[in-house]
Amino acid sequence: MTTIVVEVMPKAELLDPQGKAVAGALRRLGKTEFTGVRVGKRFELSVDGPADAALLAEVQELADTVLSNSVIEDVTGIFVLEAAAGETL
Amino acid sequence: MRIGVVTFPGSLDDRDAQRAVRLAGAEPVALWHGEHDLHGVDALVLPGGFSYGDYLRAGAIASLSPIMAEVIDAANKGMPVLGICNGFQMLTEAHLLPGGLIRNEAGAFICRDQRLRIENTDTAWTRGFTANQEITIPLKNGEGGFIASAETLARLEGEGRVIARYLDVNPNGSLNDIAGVSNERGNVVGLMPHPEHAVEPGFGPDTAAAMRSGVDGLAFFTSAIERSLVNA
Repeated sequence: MTTIVVEVMPKAELLDPQGKAVAGALRRLGKTEFTGVRVGKRFELSVDGPADAALLAEVQELADTVLSNSVIEDVTGIFVLEAAAGETL
Repeated sequence: MRIGVVTFPGSLDDRDAQRAVRLAGAEPVALWHGEHDLHGVDALVLPGGFSYGDYLRAGAIASLSPIMAEVIDAANKGMPVLGICNGFQMLTEAHLLPGGLIRNEAGAFICRDQRLRIENTDTAWTRGFTANQEITIPLKNGEGGFIASAETLARLEGEGRVIARYLDVNPNGSLNDIAGVSNERGNVVGLMPHPEHAVEPGFGPDTAAAMRSGVDGLAFFTSAIERSLVNA
């Protein structure tokens, strides 16, 4: 099994109310060294076969059109997760 | 005049929207998200709620529903389409309206009677109002912050496509206090507050005259009917 990871973040210039709330909690815990927190999403898409160029092109297309909304978010990463031998992800 | 109201998994205000359509004088037609059939309606309402639990992004999964192919096609041909709250989010996700809606600036779900100014009375859903009419209808959302690129925002303002603006307070951090927008043609309108909850004396917002007597939302629905009669 192959897993392709897609990472999506709210656009940098937009307010991220979720990140703001987490940042507030860290501040209340006294963790003042963190000057900002942003919260994004990680999708894991699994397939039976290998992640060939055609499949990755399709993932890129889906990442841009379905998994993210370019008005409010950016796709920040797409990569293949390699499963170690004998390990189930 | 038959106005379709589409029910999606997680729609909450579909029955209220149907009732508003009936009180406005049209025949409501219940439509189902999983069909490819608009049953010959003359106009469409995408109601509020939490389709698919707001998973992925609010309105995103619903915007990919089978019936949305027909909704998009009809909208592009000029059929009046009103998206309320979650319906507004679907219309932006379907690219029928510009911009997007993000979580409220304050992080909290907001539920209040909201004063608005109707700034465009040329759309299919606002022609029953007078220019700059101030109305009060309920607002209830968690992800109602309207955002768009500076370029898109300037175009919306320049073309008068901000159809309603928040008065008194900006409840959710929307840019330029935007509560609703229309497409270029004026047949597709998205609105974050809920006109369908202010259509019947006894069940609307309070007014100076009496408690729960506000029916300011009714004109959105009668607007679509007047338009249909004009075109007939």
